[in-house]
Amino acid sequence: MSVARFWRNQIHRYNLVGTHCKTCDSYYYPPRNVCPKCRRDGEIESHKFSGPGEIVTYTVIHTAAEGFEHQAPYVLGIVQLDEGPRFTSQIVCKPEDVHIGMKVKPVFRKLGEGGDRGMIYYGTKYIPA
Amino acid sequence: MRDVAIIGVKNTKFGEMWERSFRDIVVEAGVGAIEDSGVSGDRLDGMYVGNMSGGQFVEQEHIGALIADYSGLALDLHVPSTRVEAACASGGLAFRQAVMAVASGHEDIVMAAGVEKMTDVSSTGASSALAAAADREWEGIMGATFPGLYAMVARMHMHQYGTTSEQMAAVAVKNHKNGSMNPIAQYKNPITVDSVLNSIMVADPLHIFDCSPITDGAAAVVLAPADVAHEYTDTPIYIKATAQASDTIALHDRRDITTLDASVSAGKRAFEMAKMTPADIDLVEVHDCFTIAEICAIEDLGFAKKGEGGTMTEEGETAIGGKIAVNTSGGLKSCGHPVGATGIKQVVEVTQQLRGEAGGRQVDGAEVGMTHNVGGSGATAVVHILARER
Ligand SMILES: [Zn+2]
Repeated sequence: MSVARFWRNQIHRYNLVGTHCKTCDSYYYPPRNVCPKCRRDGEIESHKFSGPGEIVTYTVIHTAAEGFEHQAPYVLGIVQLDEGPRFTSQIVCKPEDVHIGMKVKPVFRKLGEGGDRGMIYYGTKYIPA
Repeated sequence: MRDVAIIGVKNTKFGEMWERSFRDIVVEAGVGAIEDSGVSGDRLDGMYVGNMSGGQFVEQEHIGALIADYSGLALDLHVPSTRVEAACASGGLAFRQAVMAVASGHEDIVMAAGVEKMTDVSSTGASSALAAAADREWEGIMGATFPGLYAMVARMHMHQYGTTSEQMAAVAVKNHKNGSMNPIAQYKNPITVDSVLNSIMVADPLHIFDCSPITDGAAAVVLAPADVAHEYTDTPIYIKATAQASDTIALHDRRDITTLDASVSAGKRAFEMAKMTPADIDLVEVHDCFTIAEICAIEDLGFAKKGEGGTMTEEGETAIGGKIAVNTSGGLKSCGHPVGATGIKQVVEVTQQLRGEAGGRQVDGAEVGMTHNVGGSGATAVVHILARER
């Protein structure tokens, strides 16, 4: 991923900033500029999430994605934030410790690398709370 | 809208074909489908080609024109050719575009083809190309792989419904058995539940034998208005329904992690259009990119109650001769999954079954069949119902 492409989402990834629809009171992380419930009637504002959440489902990845080979095996989960939205995150814990319903909190970590000469991505991962 | 019929079909062999190029395999499929139909190539009004990622797999875009050219339909005839992309559902979508072109009356004799040449890149390169079917910015960047996404579906299905690794393995065992009777299949070797469970873990709980392989292959069909189909073939197969639906690109945004709402929606629309119910279907080709995906598919399309897809498979109800024959071709798992070709291959398989030409894997008295093609982790679903009777 190019530097510019990553940079555009930096505030969202580093600081858990998503969006909120004032019309229907729905929260979005990753951020959305159109509320899928209200569409044209939606009124979107920026929202910084509090951080804590819970594991909805998870996997332990053994065959890594390109750029993640050094991290395998790694735990990947869908996290539901306390405000409601769900997103995909790495869970930093022993593979045998992760479970559905586990309470988690955010940490700032390296996400991955864009090949040998590419940039290193940082962002939010989750650890057991 | 006009009724539409299939008058010619052709699958190439599926597998690792290092000696054959992208254009070689798709031309073989196209020429084969034209020969099967008895139509002369210069009668073609249009072509629709499903291809997910020529750009990443063979560094070739502008696929539509390339294929028209090498099929001999460009230089003098200038037949319009359109490439269609919806990740792994590209083939199903190309077929749907072709059906709509004929149904609308805009075109008469139309080809729908699908092709993917995946083994010209390394397996890591292929996996990265496939990962582009998910949300690159919010799934891929976190280290999500396709097996990883479906593994999260599987983990949830196990948690909610008690589905087991053995039940998922039963999908692979059944599909390899079917594939062993399909001359074009990539893997014709029967496997056992134990061999699935003992194969290496790719993304827990999915083993490598829970995953469809990387495959080269192409498939093509020729369509005509139903009113004239008998001029070309004694056994036209009629399209009773075409349906397509979208859902969120990312798995994490779905209403329910274990339900592909796009499949549910496309299935419902197809049954309404055909005025049928799941009980009317004799066989279905579903999108088993992973074993859990077949379990979800038979639930989402209404062949199994939610949560019972695993049990139904384990009890043999989805085998040939069971309540509903699922993936007689061997599915993506055993027949292979050249992503852009899969949706067309499904149509070819159902057509051969309804014509009674499926050999050892023939479903006795097959009258009505369905195809179900999924893009990504479920953001696109395409469903068709085909029948012997108009
Ligand atoms: Zn809203």
